[in-house]
Amino acid sequence: MADEGADRSPQRLEPAARAAVLRQAWSVGLATGAYGISFGALGVASGLDAWQTCALSALMFTGGSQFAFVGVVGAGGTGIAAIATATLLGIRNGLYGLQVSEFLHDRGWRRAVAAQLTIDESTAVGIAQPSRRGSQVGFWHTGIAVYLFWNLFTLAGAILGNQLGDPRRWGLDAAAAAAFVALLWPRLHSRDAAATAAVAVVLTVAVAPWAPAGIPVLVAALAAVLVGLSPRRAPSAPPASGGSS
Amino acid sequence: MTLWVAVLLACALAYATKLAGHLVPARRLEGRRMRRVTGLLPVALLTSLVVVQTFGSPTGGFVVDARVVGLGAAVVALLLRAPFIVVVIVGAVVAAGLRAVGWA
Repeated sequence: MADEGADRSPQRLEPAARAAVLRQAWSVGLATGAYGISFGALGVASGLDAWQTCALSALMFTGGSQFAFVGVVGAGGTGIAAIATATLLGIRNGLYGLQVSEFLHDRGWRRAVAAQLTIDESTAVGIAQPSRRGSQVGFWHTGIAVYLFWNLFTLAGAILGNQLGDPRRWGLDAAAAAAFVALLWPRLHSRDAAATAAVAVVLTVAVAPWAPAGIPVLVAALAAVLVGLSPRRAPSAPPASGGSS
Repeated sequence: MTLWVAVLLACALAYATKLAGHLVPARRLEGRRMRRVTGLLPVALLTSLVVVQTFGSPTGGFVVDARVVGLGAAVVALLLRAPFIVVVIVGAVVAAGLRAVGWA
């Protein structure tokens, strides 16, 4: 950690600034971790046992992929389909890793741990800090806080879910749909995203009656390719050096 | 493939994806089109999951039942800027309530 702070960022954070980062990190951690309870309950409702559900939170540790995995399994999809869907959803974590490693500069076991903690929330809090040191503190504390609460609440949800009996009676199938739409919601801000969602609906509806469970979601991934490779719409594309996205 | 094998394989791939991001030199993956596609990937997958989870029936095909109303309530909660956990609970409670009174 000797090489940090080469640019205008101070080596140490002011105590007040550090406290602000910590407050943000741990409140995001608690808020995000709390919905581990819905994942735990849905996991066992989908036919995983409590250990498998908890293993997903401890080892996979990326909410969208975890919900997708149990969703595909619960719908009767094959293991391959569940793995493929979860992995495709997790690709964004690889892109986060690119951004995070620009301010983290850790090596060895610290980098191995940082990789596991690289998710939506830790990346977002890390990037949001004005100084490099603040980014590091924000990333680590958010990652650790989410990991802690997410796993605790998953266990609680799995135990609770096992007591519930028929998941439909408690609306847990609708809870899964609600979870997916809540994960989707903040990503729908651009025209590209709206177009992608529309194409994904069409593809899913077209394929679902013919394909085994789990396959329609994978076919719908093509929507991202179709929209992503289509020419950009003219008005919002300034020439050359623009590109703030 | 047993469920355990699927769980562990998916976890291994998730970790490999995360680690790859930390190990690959940042300039390598700069292709704008690739970034655009991978950026949209979660939208496509999550949208499809919403459709399947809301209308999918265990016997294949689509059905309309209490889940649709649950989803509608969840969207209303999102419009009101409710936090994630509240959105999920609203979806569940509305669907469970409808079933309790004998609708769908």
